Amino acid sequence: MIKIEHLDKWFDDRQILFDINTEFKPGVANLVIGASGSGKSVLIKCMVGLLEPDKGKILYGDQDFISLEYHHKQNLRREIGMLFQNNALFDSLTVEENIDFPLRMFSKMSPEERKERVNFCLEKVQLTNANKKYPAEISGGMKKRVGIARAIALEIKYLFCDEPNSGLDPLTSRVIDKLLVDITKEFNITTIINSHDMKTVLDIGEHIIFIYNGQKWWEGGKSELIDARKSNKELDEFFLASF
Amino acid sequence: MNLISEIGRFVLFMKFVLHRPEKAKVFWKITFREMYLIGIDSVLIVILIATFTGAVTTIQTANQLLTPSDLFPTQLMPKFVIGAVVGTSSLLELAPTVTCLVLAGKIGANIASEIGNMKVSEQIDAYEVMGINSASFVTLPKIVAGLIMIPCLIIIANFLLIYGGVMACSATTSLTADDLIQGARLVFKPLYLKVMLTKSFIFAFLITSLSAFQGYYTTGGALEVGIAGTKAVTKICIFILFFDLIIAQLFLKS
Repeated sequence: MIKIEHLDKWFDDRQILFDINTEFKPGVANLVIGASGSGKSVLIKCMVGLLEPDKGKILYGDQDFISLEYHHKQNLRREIGMLFQNNALFDSLTVEENIDFPLRMFSKMSPEERKERVNFCLEKVQLTNANKKYPAEISGGMKKRVGIARAIALEIKYLFCDEPNSGLDPLTSRVIDKLLVDITKEFNITTIINSHDMKTVLDIGEHIIFIYNGQKWWEGGKSELIDARKSNKELDEFFLASF
Repeated sequence: MNLISEIGRFVLFMKFVLHRPEKAKVFWKITFREMYLIGIDSVLIVILIATFTGAVTTIQTANQLLTPSDLFPTQLMPKFVIGAVVGTSSLLELAPTVTCLVLAGKIGANIASEIGNMKVSEQIDAYEVMGINSASFVTLPKIVAGLIMIPCLIIIANFLLIYGGVMACSATTSLTADDLIQGARLVFKPLYLKVMLTKSFIFAFLITSLSAFQGYYTTGGALEVGIAGTKAVTKICIFILFFDLIIAQLFLKS
């Protein structure tokens, strides 16, 4: 479980996040939604430690990520997987080398065990016959799958996805959404998906947080979303603009 | 103020870079690949630059010292002096400084744009999220490879500068290869070798670390990656010339 308490983030004299408080539960697809520039990417980057918040706490279990010492932070990060908006696959490595990379760095597995784990991850994301290809040689959807496979290569507890559907066609987007939900349920991980795709929200959003101008504007499940629109102008505008 | 904050940022960056590698086996594998890219891939350009510079320096020095003038009768000038001038300037300046200025363009721009591209495509962030010290992981192998390979390239350049001079002698009647070699050997001091090696290690560190630093802090897109490469080369050249002066002042002050 991840808990955020009173999180503020400033860039110079501009405040990006205002007193964010929320909780992300394991085994559930947690969605952070909002328009571009609303601060949802900043929130995710603060949570994985790529940006340092100015105030507040980010609790992974009972550990406050912000106040951890550098090497403790690094250890905790080994329990985190992240799917980046632009995939961030290592150009110079093949698909299987990309997935093998975290295993080679942090596991004590033998080369055979690692190979087995790589194939297991590739099977999980339904990607075959691409082991020896380089990222430049595969499609956008395949890159996303490789990104997910790399993120789950180590036995992670937390999975962050920054705009997992960006640049994908609607059909592939649905496949990736389903994949993320399946992985979340199967491994009981805490998954946080940052998205502005309303189809994703309606398909898989079990716990949704709507960020508006850096503030947590609304929080609830997808069944509550439709009712909430009636009383929440900003949420309604975002909902309608997404179609 | 900007320069001071930049130096401060560089010191902090180096504090992260100079960490024990996460996994020695992976570190050395990357370092060997970098040694190939920095060293072996640069041999051809070093051969060309050193040989031609050696030949041109010999011809020009001979022309200046052996051309009759009213001020100095050329018949009083021993020919080995040309060898002494060429040999000393090769060892002290041409081999380390000129070679490193060329390598700054080749290796420096390459490192800055490679790391800059990794930064803008979020690969550096991916290392960080995995719990890897990204600054050290991408930079330290390049610095170690540079510290091993660039001094080797400079030693090769030094021999080729003299070889270029010898080739130039065969094309002229006023100077023989023996004059050149004799002159170079006559004025050789172990101190010069020490100066050359000191320069080569310092310049190797500057080329690899400054270019990595410039690339690591790239933000934006493809345009900024290109700018990072150009900025890296400019900074490396300035620092090479600055440290060249300091080393000369420290070791050779008469």
